[in-house]
Amino acid sequence: MQLPDFENRLALSDEILMSVEKPARYIGGEVNAVQKDKSKVDVRFCMCFPDVYEIGMSHLGIQVLYDMFNRYEDVWCERVYSPWVDLDKIMREQNIPLFALESQDPVRAFDFLGITLQYEMCYTNVLQVLDLSGIPLLAKDRTTMDPIVIGGGPCTYNPEPIAPFFDMFYIGEGETVYRQLLDIYKEEKAAGKNREDFLLRAAREVTGIYVPSLYETTYKQDKTIASFTPTAEGVPARIRKEIVMDLDKAPYPTNPIVPYIKVTQDRVVLEIQRGCIRGCRFCQAGQIYRPVREKSLDVLKQYALEMLAGTGQEEISLNSLSSSDYSHLEELVDFLMETCREKKVNISLPSLRIDAFSLDVMSKVQDVKKSSLTFAPEAGSQRLRNVINKGLTEEVILNGAALAFTGGWSRVKLYFMLGLPTETEEDIRQIAELSNKIAALYYELLPKEKRSGPVQIVVSTSFFVPKPFTPFQWAKMCTKEEFLQKASQTKQAICGQLNQKRIKYNWHEADVSVMEGIFARGDQKVADVILRAYQKGCIYDAWGEYFNNALWMDAFAECGVDPDFYTVRERYAKEIFPWDFLDCGVRKDFLAREWECAQKEEVTPNCRVQCQGCGALQFGGGVCFEKREGGCV
Amino acid sequence: MKIRIKFAKYGALRFIGHLDVMRFFQKAIRRAGIDVAYSTGFSPHQIMSFAAPLGVGICSLGEYMDVEICSHQGGEDLQKRLSGVCPYGIEILDVKLLPEKAPNAMASVAAATYAVAVKNPAGSFDGYAGVLEPFMAQEQILVTKETKRGSVEVDIRPGIYRLWLEDGALCFMVDASSSGNVRPDFVTRQFLHFAGANLPNNRLQTIRLEIWMQEGTPQQPNFQPLDAIGERF
Repeated sequence: MQLPDFENRLALSDEILMSVEKPARYIGGEVNAVQKDKSKVDVRFCMCFPDVYEIGMSHLGIQVLYDMFNRYEDVWCERVYSPWVDLDKIMREQNIPLFALESQDPVRAFDFLGITLQYEMCYTNVLQVLDLSGIPLLAKDRTTMDPIVIGGGPCTYNPEPIAPFFDMFYIGEGETVYRQLLDIYKEEKAAGKNREDFLLRAAREVTGIYVPSLYETTYKQDKTIASFTPTAEGVPARIRKEIVMDLDKAPYPTNPIVPYIKVTQDRVVLEIQRGCIRGCRFCQAGQIYRPVREKSLDVLKQYALEMLAGTGQEEISLNSLSSSDYSHLEELVDFLMETCREKKVNISLPSLRIDAFSLDVMSKVQDVKKSSLTFAPEAGSQRLRNVINKGLTEEVILNGAALAFTGGWSRVKLYFMLGLPTETEEDIRQIAELSNKIAALYYELLPKEKRSGPVQIVVSTSFFVPKPFTPFQWAKMCTKEEFLQKASQTKQAICGQLNQKRIKYNWHEADVSVMEGIFARGDQKVADVILRAYQKGCIYDAWGEYFNNALWMDAFAECGVDPDFYTVRERYAKEIFPWDFLDCGVRKDFLAREWECAQKEEVTPNCRVQCQGCGALQFGGGVCFEKREGGCV
Repeated sequence: MKIRIKFAKYGALRFIGHLDVMRFFQKAIRRAGIDVAYSTGFSPHQIMSFAAPLGVGICSLGEYMDVEICSHQGGEDLQKRLSGVCPYGIEILDVKLLPEKAPNAMASVAAATYAVAVKNPAGSFDGYAGVLEPFMAQEQILVTKETKRGSVEVDIRPGIYRLWLEDGALCFMVDASSSGNVRPDFVTRQFLHFAGANLPNNRLQTIRLEIWMQEGTPQQPNFQPLDAIGERF
């Protein structure tokens, strides 16, 4: 009798794999995952998303860099994700080192551990990954036995709260200077130099690289920053973000990895543009990814076909900020609808501006009766929408809703933020009134026989968290109590509406928002608290069921750090922020001007209407060089 | 027209669950460019049916799925294309064209054969040869089954059709029909208990050898492999 191969070549035994939830998270070997001969590569790079597999595998950025690295013959890039809490426990008990999925080799044996930082609440999971790998948590304690730990992603636009845990940060888009960085690494390694030599050379020679150990921060008596300076010669005082100016020429994973288990974004993702022209004042992505750069239609068409053929995925989605602003959206969507009909592939639409075009597309690709429309007015009153520069008027919303109701839709989702700067009770009341107007419109517009059941409005509010590199970086954030009071006012206001039974209201937890606020604008002192909280057992903070606010509060108290310093304090105009040494293209004086405009309730036109001179022009491309009506400020 | 695909599952892919194997094949069929038939509606899905779910951790040499296709260039071409897009651990063994009115794979399942091998370090059941007959001679083999409504006692003895040793592995044929399915781990556990054998679970590897349909009568059963029906094309 010939039996099949059941030898275990994995890092985890059969017994462990059979005792944990979803063992497929840990076995690797997915379709399009890359295997190489480790004796034939010079650099082994382990890419990490510090959250569970299903979340990490849904992230486009890692797939982009994974593909780019593995196109280099001398590099083998592998992946690692946070072990889920069940395996985490077993690995600690049995001293099993964390391993990369492809080779199943320990992470500690790699040359680099790259960690993407997509949201602040993953910070304790960064420590979990380091800890389980057996890598010292603090960069200063690492030796030649440890990989170079490098951070990337949006949270690196204020890397200070996690700076002591990283050897370096790559600021900006990953496609540009990694080759240079790896070549320097290879040279230094061949010359028998140590990690300090490599870090120093990287900091001096590679733009976009921030090595925290080569800088010193001094503080004023009021605990704000007095100075931030390099401690070694030739190390830049300011670090400019890296950016790809020609997206058509940038590498793109046309054969992305196809996971076995169902992941959060289980589809082919087509990135159509980077950046956003809108300039909403609360939005960090809208500033740090400036200027808007589009991919050409032909390139996208080709990518879509290749990706569908290479993965066999049954769904495709578009990825960008404000997709409605992509210049060739109609042609692209037409092409996709045609292709997808042929191939029986579903199109998952991004949240488009609701107008005749998007409704027409939506009615063709989804079941109108089952789908809902999404509006994100973000604020209830026109006054407050002017403050945040969200150019969505009540008229536009009601017109969109009217079109949709006539087209057969009866479900509407509305997204708002609570705690925005200058917000009053009146602004909150208008959230309820706007929701009620939309509900009423349904009944006014459609006679009984034309209605598809009662109208359903779902109102969701999140709490506003001020972020670095936004006009609101100076703003005071609400306390937990203020947030909860605002949620309660919203609820009461909705209950007072005529159509209240047709409006469902959801709001977020306030504790996590407060913590996110601390991390977002924190300095290096916050790192002590993160380390302490991790040692106390905090992990998977982004998961409501594992977030433990009491432990965090204890950690702050034990470290002598006052959380309010980072949240409820209004920053003064000339204050030096922990992230000021980074140059994301957009200048601080522009952000300050926008902060003033916000207080005067003045809106600023978008990039395509009129250039505001934000600073992104220095990159020499993108929307900044398009012809526009209004010229330059 | 409907085809029946026989495949093996082994290596690290034994840790992939049944639903994920289904999802895997939906994508593999697209990658292979097979002209598969789809249902209608807003989210069309491929018309396919799997014979019997395989538990996580179990290897198999005899898995089956039926797929409705619109056109083809011969079974060999189809098998080659599909094999070309499968990773190590999923192996396409055979493809057959089913007759018009053939019942689907799932409805056909009557029995399954399993082998239980001893691993880490490799070992054998040979020392228990004398236990086979007395084990099968039991009138009842009661096991406790957990259901949604609590636990119930079930007699699995009638569902164990054969039990034998082969190359050191414990082999058995059991009822795998929807009404009387006997889980292989129940048989193994009961056998070990009966034999007074001390073999921890992590030293055993279960392999499904084949899935069978019933072509005879209840009195005179005639078990045939699920691909005894249909033709190469």
